[in-house]
Amino acid sequence: MGFFLQQLSFEHSNGTPALSQISLVAQAGECIAVIGPSGSGKTTLLNILATALKPSLGTAVVLGENPWKLSKSSLKRLRSKIGLVHQAPPIPLRQRVITAILAGRLGQWPLWKSILSLVYPVDIAGPQSCLERLDLTDKLFDRCDCLSGGQLQRVGVARVMYQAPQLILADEPVSAMDPVLSDLTIGVLIEEAKKRNATLVASLHAVDIALRWFPRIIGIRDGQMIFDLPSSEVSEHILRELYASELGGLPIQASSTAS
Amino acid sequence: MQTSIISRDPATPYRLMGLLLAIAILWPMLQLTQFEPKLLIDPNNIQVMGDFLVQFFPPNIEATFLSLVIKATVETLAMATAGIALAMVIAVPLGLIISYSLSISRIGPTSDHQFAQSIRFLARSLMLVLRGIPEIVWALLLVRVFGLGAIAGVLAIAITYGGMLAKVYSEILESGNTLPARALILSGSNRIAAFLYGLLPGSAQELASYTVYRWECAVRASVVMGFVGAGGLGQLMDQSMKMLNGGEVSTILVVFLGLVLLADYISLIIRKQLA
Amino acid sequence: MSTPINIQPARQFCLKCLLTLLIVFGLTIASFIYLALNPANLFTLEALKNITEFIGRFFPPDLSPDFLDKIWHGVLQTLAISALATLIAAIFSLGLSLPVSGRFGPTAKGITRFICNFLRSVPELVWAALMVLAVGLGPFAGTLALMLHTTGVLGRLFGESLENHPTVSSNALMLNGSGRVTSFLYGTLPGIAPQLLSYSLYRWEMNIRMATILGFVGAGGLGQMLYYELSLLREAQASTVIMAMLVLVIFVDFVSNKLRRIQMHNQG
Repeated sequence: MGFFLQQLSFEHSNGTPALSQISLVAQAGECIAVIGPSGSGKTTLLNILATALKPSLGTAVVLGENPWKLSKSSLKRLRSKIGLVHQAPPIPLRQRVITAILAGRLGQWPLWKSILSLVYPVDIAGPQSCLERLDLTDKLFDRCDCLSGGQLQRVGVARVMYQAPQLILADEPVSAMDPVLSDLTIGVLIEEAKKRNATLVASLHAVDIALRWFPRIIGIRDGQMIFDLPSSEVSEHILRELYASELGGLPIQASSTAS
Repeated sequence: MQTSIISRDPATPYRLMGLLLAIAILWPMLQLTQFEPKLLIDPNNIQVMGDFLVQFFPPNIEATFLSLVIKATVETLAMATAGIALAMVIAVPLGLIISYSLSISRIGPTSDHQFAQSIRFLARSLMLVLRGIPEIVWALLLVRVFGLGAIAGVLAIAITYGGMLAKVYSEILESGNTLPARALILSGSNRIAAFLYGLLPGSAQELASYTVYRWECAVRASVVMGFVGAGGLGQLMDQSMKMLNGGEVSTILVVFLGLVLLADYISLIIRKQLA
Repeated sequence: MSTPINIQPARQFCLKCLLTLLIVFGLTIASFIYLALNPANLFTLEALKNITEFIGRFFPPDLSPDFLDKIWHGVLQTLAISALATLIAAIFSLGLSLPVSGRFGPTAKGITRFICNFLRSVPELVWAALMVLAVGLGPFAGTLALMLHTTGVLGRLFGESLENHPTVSSNALMLNGSGRVTSFLYGTLPGIAPQLLSYSLYRWEMNIRMATILGFVGAGGLGQMLYYELSLLREAQASTVIMAMLVLVIFVDFVSNKLRRIQMHNQG
């Protein structure tokens, strides 16, 4: 089902434009990377796709529905099929990892099950297998304030994995991770998308990760879509133009050996 | 990497223990308090309560009754004001005695250090007793001595709030800038002069503000003390409730809520003016 | 070299303050006159004789083991009333905190705020008198009364805590399809739980003090004992009850100060 954006524009409440005239179509099962300099509007785009923000102009159809014409319960149901991985995971620090992951299915569970889960987790194997794929199994029952930044980000990913959504949105999901873990995490996200034929859109700061893993790359700068190309066609020249204002070279995952 | 499947939440034994402990405490508590929710739906009780509540609307606004209510309200306000005034009479000397900032013996060695310490200790204990016994207990006792009526309430407020004000006055004086007072004492002035010239100017606003706040509490307390016969709106409400007269009770409740708001407002104005 | 400094004379007399003080003073004198209360009368020989005679009847207090047993039961009952009332009130307030903080919309917020304000404006003793009407004499009435009043207080406090807490976590859960209640339970509650607990404990401490006097209208605990003994003119027994009340209040004060010091030590 994917999503469909046409002439989408978004303005912040103080009038500054964040996105202008974005048109984008994605089929179910596609994996797309969104790259661009900081402040270019990547997060805003993802938030609109996640139905957190309403566009000022233009249409958006997500998973076959226009989110802003739905009733409250239908919107809730739509949202349970969309999973957003935040750059800074919004998880209360005193919570345990297992409860944080189980929270992914709150949209699909009846109320009594959610309440029961607070006292005794109704499903231990599920979150455990999610953590296994992210190499975090031993942290299953730890409190979230005992985790490092990268570990917490992976818990955020695990929560979305447990949710099993049809649209996976990831906002800089590996910003706090070293190269090995970044590869592992992105690999897991793509595997998830392929497994369920879900659409994946990830905004990334490191260009090399985007080029390595994603077949389709979208470049955004100052709220406008600069290019929408298969990764093989993205040349260095195009990238330099995109990041023209960034001091020095292109942002890549920091590596210890100089190129 | 193969890890064994964890099938149980490791926090479970602790949670179970906590639950058992909670039940072990809860059960005797329910017994002690004779907790019987069934009483709430007992038909007899419902009828009595229902009849009573039904009379709440419309509230009784008959002229003779209203004049009684107004008199009682004025009496309550007067009780609170007179009570706080007398409380200050107790609190000011007590607070000064307790407050360390005026302690001469602390600045340099004097012969009656022990004496001063013991006086301070006595004053502190007196304050504890005055504050510790709830004002309504004082009211109940004073009604036995002075009979029904407002005087018992005034004295009860004076005693308890005197203790409370003394404690807070001493805290305010100690936490303020004590250097001017100490300097005055060092240069030989007596304690009262040191207080008036050294401490009072700086802390006056805070002292006044707290006193006005306590007056507001005293208005509420005056109503409550009426239930043991100390006059004011409380005594009127007690009488009306004993006669199950819902109309009168609802009028008094409304007037009481209005009075609390009024006292709140007055206290705000006074504190703003004194700022 | 030096810029002219605007020196203002120190405010020696603030006219507003003086006027306010005069008005307050005048009203105070008026109160004494209205009540026909002359403080000097309190210190006449006759009055002092009455007072000392009255106080004398209270000593020595009755310390017989049977009576001390009853006192102990009264103390436990007072503690139980306050604890149970605070516990139930805290649970209700947890539920109320959601509408009070506005998570269910402005009308729900207005209605529940009004209910909380009403519950806490009516003094506990008045609630106790009303509850005695509803369920009869005894500690159950006291528990209900304290529970109602405390729900008003905690409902408002919990709601304000919730309002001031960042909504990032619960918003994120709602984006994943969760409802308002579950997003609160999983997203916000772990964060505000310590503060809610501290409010509840503080309220329990105040409720212990309240529970000792609710008995005056028949709602159980030490208060009911005191009222009973005084009405039978058994001053020796009454003084024991008063001393028990005093000891209880001082003890609770002491324990809570210690706990507060430990908690600050842990956090610091």
